[in-house]
Amino acid sequence: MKKTPFLIIGGGPAGLSCAIQAASLGQHVTIVERSHTLGGQLVKQTHKFFGSEKQYASVRGYKIAEKLIQEYIKLQDKIEVLLDATVTGLYPDKVCTVVQNEVYFKIQASVIVVATGASEKFIAFENNDLPGIYGAGAVQTLMNQYGVLPGNKIIMVGSGNIGLIVSYQLMQAGVKVVSVLEAAPSIGGYLVHASKLRRLGVPILTGKTILRASGTDCVESVEIVDLDDSWNPIPGTEQIIEVDAVCVSVGLSPMHQLLSMAGAKIVYIAELGGWVPKVSTHHETTMEGIFACGDLSGVEEASSAMVEGRLAGLFATKKLLKSVDGFDQIYQDLKSQLDGLRSGPFGYKTRVGLLQMKEEESC
Amino acid sequence: MLEKNGVPSREQVISCFPEPSVLIKPKAVIECYQEIPCNPCETSCPFNAITIGDDINLRPTVNQVLCTGCGICVTKCPGLAIIVSSIKQDMAIFKIPYEFIPAPLKGDIWNALNREGKVISTCKIISVQDLAKQEKTKLITVEVRKEFLYEFITIGCPDER
Repeated sequence: MKKTPFLIIGGGPAGLSCAIQAASLGQHVTIVERSHTLGGQLVKQTHKFFGSEKQYASVRGYKIAEKLIQEYIKLQDKIEVLLDATVTGLYPDKVCTVVQNEVYFKIQASVIVVATGASEKFIAFENNDLPGIYGAGAVQTLMNQYGVLPGNKIIMVGSGNIGLIVSYQLMQAGVKVVSVLEAAPSIGGYLVHASKLRRLGVPILTGKTILRASGTDCVESVEIVDLDDSWNPIPGTEQIIEVDAVCVSVGLSPMHQLLSMAGAKIVYIAELGGWVPKVSTHHETTMEGIFACGDLSGVEEASSAMVEGRLAGLFATKKLLKSVDGFDQIYQDLKSQLDGLRSGPFGYKTRVGLLQMKEEESC
Repeated sequence: MLEKNGVPSREQVISCFPEPSVLIKPKAVIECYQEIPCNPCETSCPFNAITIGDDINLRPTVNQVLCTGCGICVTKCPGLAIIVSSIKQDMAIFKIPYEFIPAPLKGDIWNALNREGKVISTCKIISVQDLAKQEKTKLITVEVRKEFLYEFITIGCPDER
């Protein structure tokens, strides 16, 4: 069995930041990443990021991935990376089972940071399995990573930041976005994203949802409908729109499955995205030495995931080494960055969710 | 209504502009109507003309005395929410961010679009700046008739893409 002092599951913004933080404190770490590249969702984000300089504001997502990878390369003697490697199991004795290139093996670690991120939610509607119906992540992978258009005429379902950003990226790629549907009475994402889409002539339709998709071999049209105040379809408001693709962007669910398997306590906190591992303010789960960070412990922007990753890296390193030089200073810096990202109206849900998490702790 | 369709009201737009008399010189106009955690406009301004403060969620304010209308913030803003505006006789001159292909060339006549994406007029492309530090957001200087000062927001290619 392979042994490592410090294992990180997931090489996205949180996991990679965690590795960089721990390695810069002198700690050897191992990252297990299921994809063929580090960076997670960052590699397909072509828009400039929000936040402040410390979280690479105004830098395009894929460039942030490059910057993080450059930092990793500087610390290469301390960071081991296993790519195309999927963790299939996590056990209470901190043993992970891993499949890499069809080879199955085990890794045991002294501390583990789980940074598995979140998966896309989907919604139920008639024929939602027709070819041409995508999640927003798939559209970004096809279009921004591999240069393949998902369709020519698309309707977006969901007006959160991802729905708005991906709609803009589709327009940049030359795809006609016929409209963005939002079931809620108002736009979910940043209004600046909405405005930059609207000025391209893309209607954003609130209080509407998709009823069904139709088509023989693939999507040819969708039927949309108005919703009343109780989110029920209003009969007589149905409308048929011709499209050859549908993009669904209706939120994310934290990927807690490995931690559930290991026996960590999982709690339901809607404001954090649903089922999330119970974590202390040190990002430690109910299992000593196993930490969680990033979207897994509460769905937010990648900016927050990067800072959380660094925090988890700091705490997990301290757990291993007992003392860390300059701990207080690093902690205060990271903490104030996170507080800054979360203190506005868009951080409200996270703030409420984290309060609930604290109450869970005292239970 | 902005929260419902992404289109700010005329009053909201005007509230972001300085007095027309100030616009004899180019000034940044920031349409950042919502508190979001973001401050590259403030940190990128070489003249300290944009203030957000320690709480990066607060909305930016522009000091019209310090602002030179250089346009650096225009390509830095991740929300593409900043334009530079000025008035020269009968014409309004704007510097806008642009992230589409094809990009216009200097001297082209393109469509002038309003905040709903409707064509309101034609416009003349005065210059196209595409420096490495702009990170692929082009800075386009464009001229439209003065009456469209509060309507104009972006340009559209005259040939249907």
